[in-house]
This record gives sequence, C-alpha cells and structure tokens, in this order.
Amino acid sequence: MVAVVLSLILLVVDHRFHHLQQLRSTLAFVTYPLHYLADLPFTASSWLDETTSSRETLMEQNRELRDLNLHLRAELQKYESLQAENMRLRDLVDSSFKVGDRVLVAELSSVDLDPYKQQVIINKGSASGAYEGQPVLDAHAVMGQVINVTPLSSTVLLITDTSHALPVQVLRNGLRTIAVGTGRISELRLPYLPTNSDIVEGDLLVTSGLGGKFPPGYPVATVTRIDRSPDAPFSDVVAQPRAHLDRSREVLLVWTVPNQLPGPMTGPAPADATHTTANPEVPATGDDAAASPDNAATAEPTPPPTGQGEDR
Amino acid sequence: MSGPGNGGPAIVITLCVAMLLMILPMPEWARPFRPQWVTLVMLYWAIALPHRVGVGSGFVVGIVLDALTGTLLGQHALGLSVVTFIAIQLHQRIRVFPFWQQSLGILVLLVIEHLLSLWVMGATRGVTPGLVYWAVPLIGALLWPWIFVTLRRIRRQFKVV
Repeated sequence: MVAVVLSLILLVVDHRFHHLQQLRSTLAFVTYPLHYLADLPFTASSWLDETTSSRETLMEQNRELRDLNLHLRAELQKYESLQAENMRLRDLVDSSFKVGDRVLVAELSSVDLDPYKQQVIINKGSASGAYEGQPVLDAHAVMGQVINVTPLSSTVLLITDTSHALPVQVLRNGLRTIAVGTGRISELRLPYLPTNSDIVEGDLLVTSGLGGKFPPGYPVATVTRIDRSPDAPFSDVVAQPRAHLDRSREVLLVWTVPNQLPGPMTGPAPADATHTTANPEVPATGDDAAASPDNAATAEPTPPPTGQGEDR
Repeated sequence: MSGPGNGGPAIVITLCVAMLLMILPMPEWARPFRPQWVTLVMLYWAIALPHRVGVGSGFVVGIVLDALTGTLLGQHALGLSVVTFIAIQLHQRIRVFPFWQQSLGILVLLVIEHLLSLWVMGATRGVTPGLVYWAVPLIGALLWPWIFVTLRRIRRQFKVV
C-alpha cells in the first residue's frame, strides 16, 4: 500500500511540477547501458555496412555528394546576398534581427520507448553541450525539443506528442497560432484558429520564435485539412509535420545565439546555451508556457484565450 | 531483491533482459503489440520466490522501467507494485494450477497492470489508445507457459531460492 501511495505521489509530482527532473536524469544515466545495448546491433550492422562497402560504391557516393555540394553552394551564394540585403534593410528600419545558429549533428539511438509517447533518444548529451529545452531539427524541419539530458544521451520530445505545443506562424501571411501534438506521428492540430481566419490547405507553417525556445523561421508543417463548421467558434485545422519524424536518423541540435554573428564551429557551447536560455531573443509572451512540454499539459485548460490573443 | 539465499544476480539479469526486450527496436506496425516482458518476469519471480521479490522490488523495477521507456515516473511502478502484491497473495494457488489456468490468472494480472497504465495516461491527458491496447495482455498470457518454463529452468540451474 505504501508503494501504491508513493507511486501516486510520484505521478502527481512528475505531472504537475518540475522537481523530479534530477531524479529522472539520474535514472536515465543508470539505464543508459540498457539503451546502449539495445542500440548496439544497429550500430554494429551500420558500422559493418560502412567498412565493407566497395570502393566503387564509395566513389559513386563521393561524386554524387560533390555534385550536391556544388548545387548547394550555388544556392548559398544567392542566399548570402539576400541575407546581406535583408540585414541592410533591417538596419534601415532599425529592427533587430539575429542570424547564425550553431548546430551539432546527433544520431538517433534505435531504441523503442513507450509507443503512446512521442519521444526519441539521441546520442549527444550534456558532454556535448546539449541542454534542456534545446530545439532539435532534422534536414527538413523542426522535430522537437530536448527534455532530459544525461552526459552521453538525451531524450527528445517530438512536436507530435500530446504534451507538446509549438508557437507557429503561417509563412504566407504571418498569421500566428499554436500547433499542438496529437500523439500521432504524422499529425499536428491548430485548435485555436477562428473559423474566419485566413488559412488554406497547403500553407507552410514556420516557427514564430515566440516563446523563446525555438529560433524563428524554421519550417514546421504543411496544412493538410481544414474543417470549418459554421456552428463552431474555431476551425479544425490539421497539419502534417515536414520533418521525417519516424524516418530521420541524423538530427541537428541548435544553439540559438542572439545578436551575434556565427563564430567558428568550435564556439563555447555550454556558455552559449546558458546565455540563450537566460535571454530569449523575444520577450516571453503568453505562449511561453505552451512551448515548454511540462507546462503545456498543466496550462492546457487555459490556452484558448492565449490562442485567441495570438490570432489578432 | 538480494536478501538471504543465492542467485540474486540471476533475478537481476533476467529483469535486465526483460527491460532490454521492452526497448528493443521493432517495426512500426509491431510496436503496439509489444508484450509486458518486465511484468511477466516480475510475476514469475513473485510467484516462485515471494520471500525474495516483493512489492518494494516491484516498485523499484517499475520506476526504472518508467525512466527507461520515458513514461511518467510512477506509471509502471503503480501497476507493478499492485500486481506483485496480488501475485504474492495468490502465489500458493497459482503455483499448483495447470499451465492454461495459470495463463488465465496471469492474463487477469496483466490486464490489471495495463488498466492502471491506461488510467494514468487518461488522467494525464495522454493518448487514448485503441482496442489494439488490449491485445498486449493477451499476447503476454499466451507467452506465459514459455516464460514460466524458461525461468524455472534458470531458477533450477542457478539454484535461486
């Protein structure tokens, strides 16, 4: 009976408050060997695959990558001039803007967690400078954020988890709202859009940067379905994440560096991290709570006003 | 877990293997069908050695399992402590049942554990799983005879008392 009461207390505390993070980190460190062991067959097979691949394959791959690199460089040139122009124009109108996010490539551990929670484990932890609340991207879009860090690995909450909410913006017209996870890997919902809001199928949603956790302007999802029923105050909008949440193997950890141009890739990561969390680039607004996974669940009864406020 | 008698490591290792089976990558379609390995192994030890494996061990194993699979701390701990408690109460009866009756008893315990998990998920606004959710205890009950025989063999081999 003591155990039952204790579990109930733990459940409530873990759900409502933030005090158990330390315990969870310690436990995650203890269970790291098991995670490592479960991941080992995959790592070993991919290592074997790499070491035994033929010279021809490698050369072909190399050629393809060179071609791709050339293309991307050409694109980048265009981008750089645009960026410079953008900064100049922004200087003219005196609006602050930041560019340059430091990134680090991490790899997913092939470990299955609870099937009813959208979480993954990556192989970079606090030893590499990862911190709680850090945004995680893949090659296509935003994936989620770090919720638990151990020295060698960290847990990432995907944007589709039911306890995750992300401040987003429609790229076409700047309409701001909040994207909430549904628990299904290919679905996000935008529950706080009034029926008359200007949103159409195919609209690209990008991060708005409000809430201070995610850098602004990264793609998130594409709107796939809109149900406008005349008697409901809000329309039911469903979006599909752009990130390959269930397929990506490599992910990017992002350090957002406010008001600072990109330095060399060997910049002091932990210092940046604390700096970023201390001064979010945007003054935290009402949806700050929505961006944090732990608060999102507790704040859930109240979001409608926040969402409405966002839409104006 | 490690009290008087020997073979403590055997218990710990079987539990570790069960935990490994809980997180081993599986294809996407098979993920909802993963049996409750840790619960099955815990139940075996609780029935076979009720003086060694008790509610406290169930609780600790549950917490570790929660941290391992990323669920709310206490979700598995609650279920595991409840079912180990019931198993210890009933261990003398379950032991003498034939296999199929044992499986039925285990099915009930697995359903209880799963139900508690579902309640926790429901109370904390998690996902509400579909009917597939209830296939898991069924698979666990079908696996029970093999688990029972394997673990009994391990118990005799390492003379765990």
